[in-house]
Amino acid sequence: MTGDFALWVFLSRTPLLWLTVTLTAYVVADRVSAATRRHPLANPVLHAIWMVGLVLMVTRTPYAVYFEGAQFVHFLLGPATVALAIPLYEHRKTVTRVLVPMLAALLVGSTVALVTCIATAKLLGVPDPILIALAPKSVTASVAMGITSALGGDPTLTAVLVILTGILGAILVTPLLDRLGVKDYRARGFAAGLAAHGIGTARAFQVSEVAGTFAGIAMGLNAFLTAVLVPLALAFLR
Amino acid sequence: MILSLTLLLLCQLAGEILARTFALPVPGPVVGMALLLGVLILRDRRPSGLPTPMTDGTLERTGKGLLAHLSLLFVPAGAGVIGRLDVLAAHGLALALSLVVSTVFALVATVLTFSSVAKRTGR
Repeated sequence: MTGDFALWVFLSRTPLLWLTVTLTAYVVADRVSAATRRHPLANPVLHAIWMVGLVLMVTRTPYAVYFEGAQFVHFLLGPATVALAIPLYEHRKTVTRVLVPMLAALLVGSTVALVTCIATAKLLGVPDPILIALAPKSVTASVAMGITSALGGDPTLTAVLVILTGILGAILVTPLLDRLGVKDYRARGFAAGLAAHGIGTARAFQVSEVAGTFAGIAMGLNAFLTAVLVPLALAFLR
Repeated sequence: MILSLTLLLLCQLAGEILARTFALPVPGPVVGMALLLGVLILRDRRPSGLPTPMTDGTLERTGKGLLAHLSLLFVPAGAGVIGRLDVLAAHGLALALSLVVSTVFALVATVLTFSSVAKRTGR
């Protein structure tokens, strides 16, 4: 018993255990996703995080301890974002041909995402301090949290809402756009990245490299535009 | 592969420095993406004399290897959300509805604008 306990104390404090838990949960979730031919509801981010969450709850592991190990995976988000330049460069001819549709979709999509979100929440009686945290939910977490902090909102709430939006968008994008009958993967990918940032982009890469490329562009452009639009929209709608 | 990873990190580092020095409204890695794009354009203008991993497809394979499992990279942050769902307690339902409504409208508005403008401009 004391031996088991000593082993657990050792394991629970090394990055090895939590890194392995993260990868194992993802491998399982990704296998299921592949086995269901990338069904939207088999989203690997969604299923990997509840599995990890369950392990943390059962073992009563504080998130900070888990993150000591998982940070190595988290860190790779930076280099992966930089690597988006590679498919972008390879598809540069496809991309430059549709600069005008892209910019139009960026302006319309970003505005619609913001206005519908603030308006719905306001109608449902959500108070102003929470509206600030909600407004930038479609953009990548670091930017969204920065916007919220600058306006005096709670960045933790923003982080939660950003991740939920990403998962929601990644699940909704395929069935919704199938129903609309849009077959243009440039447009579909762009929408996924704009509405659901990196998690939407990950979904788009599952479907096609062209969709993923456009999702990456939309994610970058929307981070920029939303930072400009959120203060305006909040001032206007209040 | 090490050279490719180093190049990705160098672009990210330079991106972070630029983003912070000039207080840009985009994150460092996005600036790093633009820098890598510049590197790739310059590489193909004058490919001679560069280290082979930059020109033989190793850089491309390394980058795409990272992107192939982009979903994995969101798991640590996502697991943090599970422990903080309590922040939604006060207005959970209203917030959930707002996210659904806004995400649906944003997806539809973006995709329809993109495809109609693309058709109109003959692309």
